[in-house]
Amino acid sequence: MPEPINRQRMPEQPPQDRIKNFSEVALGFDDKSAKTEADRCLNCKNARCVQGCPVGTNIPLFIDLIKKNKTIDAYLEIIKNNHLPGICGRVCPQEEQCEKLCVRNNPKAGGAVAIGALERYAADFAAKNGLIADAPVQKNNFKIAVVGSGPASLTVAAELAAYGCEVTVFEAFHKPGGVLVYGIPEFRLPKALVQSEIDALIRLGVKIETNIVIGKTLLLEDLSDEFDAVFIGTGAGLPLFLNIKGENLNGVYSANEFLTRVNLMKAYDIDSATPVFVGRKVAVVGAGNVAMDAARTALRLGAGEVSIVYRRSREEMPARRDEINNAEEEGIIFKLLTAPVEIIGESGKVTGMQCIEMQLGNPDEKGRRRPIPIPDSEYILDCDEVIIALGTSPNPIIKNSSSFLKFNPHGTIAVNEAFETSKEYIYAAGDAVTGAATVILAMGNGKTAAQAIIKKLSGK
Amino acid sequence: MYKILKKRNLTENVVEFVIDAPNITKRCLPGQFIILRVDKDGERVPLTIAGYDRTSGSITILVQSVGFSTMKLAKLNEGDFVEDFAGPLGNPTDLSGFCNILHVAGGIGSAVILPQVKYLRTNTSQKSDVILGGRTASLLTYEKELGEYADNLYIMTDDGSKGEKGFVTDMLKKLIDGGKKYDAVFAVGPMPMMRGVTRLTAEYGIHTIISMNALMVDGTGMCGCCRLTVGGVTKYACVDGPEFDGHKVDFEEAMNRAGFYKEKEKEHICRLQNK
Repeated sequence: MPEPINRQRMPEQPPQDRIKNFSEVALGFDDKSAKTEADRCLNCKNARCVQGCPVGTNIPLFIDLIKKNKTIDAYLEIIKNNHLPGICGRVCPQEEQCEKLCVRNNPKAGGAVAIGALERYAADFAAKNGLIADAPVQKNNFKIAVVGSGPASLTVAAELAAYGCEVTVFEAFHKPGGVLVYGIPEFRLPKALVQSEIDALIRLGVKIETNIVIGKTLLLEDLSDEFDAVFIGTGAGLPLFLNIKGENLNGVYSANEFLTRVNLMKAYDIDSATPVFVGRKVAVVGAGNVAMDAARTALRLGAGEVSIVYRRSREEMPARRDEINNAEEEGIIFKLLTAPVEIIGESGKVTGMQCIEMQLGNPDEKGRRRPIPIPDSEYILDCDEVIIALGTSPNPIIKNSSSFLKFNPHGTIAVNEAFETSKEYIYAAGDAVTGAATVILAMGNGKTAAQAIIKKLSGK
Repeated sequence: MYKILKKRNLTENVVEFVIDAPNITKRCLPGQFIILRVDKDGERVPLTIAGYDRTSGSITILVQSVGFSTMKLAKLNEGDFVEDFAGPLGNPTDLSGFCNILHVAGGIGSAVILPQVKYLRTNTSQKSDVILGGRTASLLTYEKELGEYADNLYIMTDDGSKGEKGFVTDMLKKLIDGGKKYDAVFAVGPMPMMRGVTRLTAEYGIHTIISMNALMVDGTGMCGCCRLTVGGVTKYACVDGPEFDGHKVDFEEAMNRAGFYKEKEKEHICRLQNK
């Protein structure tokens, strides 16, 4: 039997170059490697990969179209289920979803088909060739308000606009995109790409109103009066802190603040009106995607040394494997089984972080092994900047202004299986409902919510 | 884009702008703030709502030229536009339950105090006295307007060029020692002034509310830049405030945080001015 062809690797900027710029790290397949990779797909009858996709993309079909050099058709097939393919191709945790279930997902078969990379290839090909997928839309009379403009909201807006609804998106910031523009850095998700996928929605007829904070500028009640249905996709924006001593010293950032200053407010430009502090030695607390983003951003801004401080071991790190590998290649130091105890400062500024070493005990209720401090193992980590990336909880503005809605104990919005809230005609999905999760899960749930809204309004 | 309807120079480095922002006037109340960006590369600057007109849909703000963005903003004129203008943010002032309130305004703290005193005079039977302080007579902000709505207005200047010579705290002490009864003090101004007021009112046991003018990015609870310690607990000025129990605020920490970018800002202004 011939050796199977191995999974194609996407070319990347070499680590020594990329740590000096904010350009995208992964460069995408060229036509030849895309074709080679597409040919590896076995076009399974019972395609398990599709079951792993939160938005139900017909993966074997779009890959088959790439095989046949019909890349534009592949793109058109993808956007039937997913209006943000360039974004998802880059930031979905494919190894936990579609690719995990791929029949080739073992070394003997050369590894799972690179579905995410192929999706990205099709989306970029379409964008490069100026393809505008404007199917004529039959308008109905439904008016929908969408609160927030992150992944869940953009998905809902796209689905409903494609169905013929008049959709208005309300965004609190001066720029739409939510976490896609303030959170995920340029080197992982170019902002021009996000804008081009948002522009595609605008061409579909979606109106975007920036600088409107729902719960402040207008209330949900105002939207209910004016619109037939309201969708809330306000995400989980409130950063969690450690609640340890020294956390309010100058030089301690939430990852949200650090990344927002750099990504949305362009503080990487020395002439930017928005400043950001970059330390000599930076400690990033946490090991999720956001922690990797913050660490790699600090490195690119000129920090001398950047460490990830995480209380569990490598196995438990929640970030995508690609992000961890990229961070490691770039020289980020991993201080695992280490927990912060106190942030130390002088004259109001960070000068170090007291840490304690941990070991793993028995699994907790989620099956993750619980970290236990090792007695007398405390030491001081030399650093002058600390970035806290422990996750986020839902923003309180909607909750504080909408007492008529039901909320879960942790502040997430309570919804039924159709993503309808306790108030009829008001729907919610994404991190505002699930707590901090992934872009694609927010999109998947947003899609279900959009379908429920259509069903409700059309009485079908 | 939001149009500047009126511009007025109040003092040597404080400008009053009236901005066309009908969206914001629908629900805004005294004590809240807006965030603006001067131009498309601008930073997000939080500024107090110093006045609002629901009929014409306009918002009044005061701009003190202290940094790069405020200097740029102060140069704009009537008919010009600012790029972004969002709000109202933060919680409105809540002085319900108090009958006799002493307001203390230092510097452009009048931007918070004026709409509040006007609101109380127009909508409630609560009594409002005001102490307005400044370094010198020409720096007093909204003296005439405060005089219109306050039951009593007391002026203090450091150099004695107007009103009495001394700090606002000197007048506060004089009033209370002289037999005035207040059940709440609402103090807004530079942090050392607010700290001075709270130290004094703590001695007298008078409930004191202050308004924190913290550094912010989003102003909607998303970044934690504006965090401060109140009664040992971390709070966000943008979503939990901007007003807090002045006796519980950690002023040392707040002042340290307010100075985080001071040096960077200086460098930045030099560099951009030399361009």
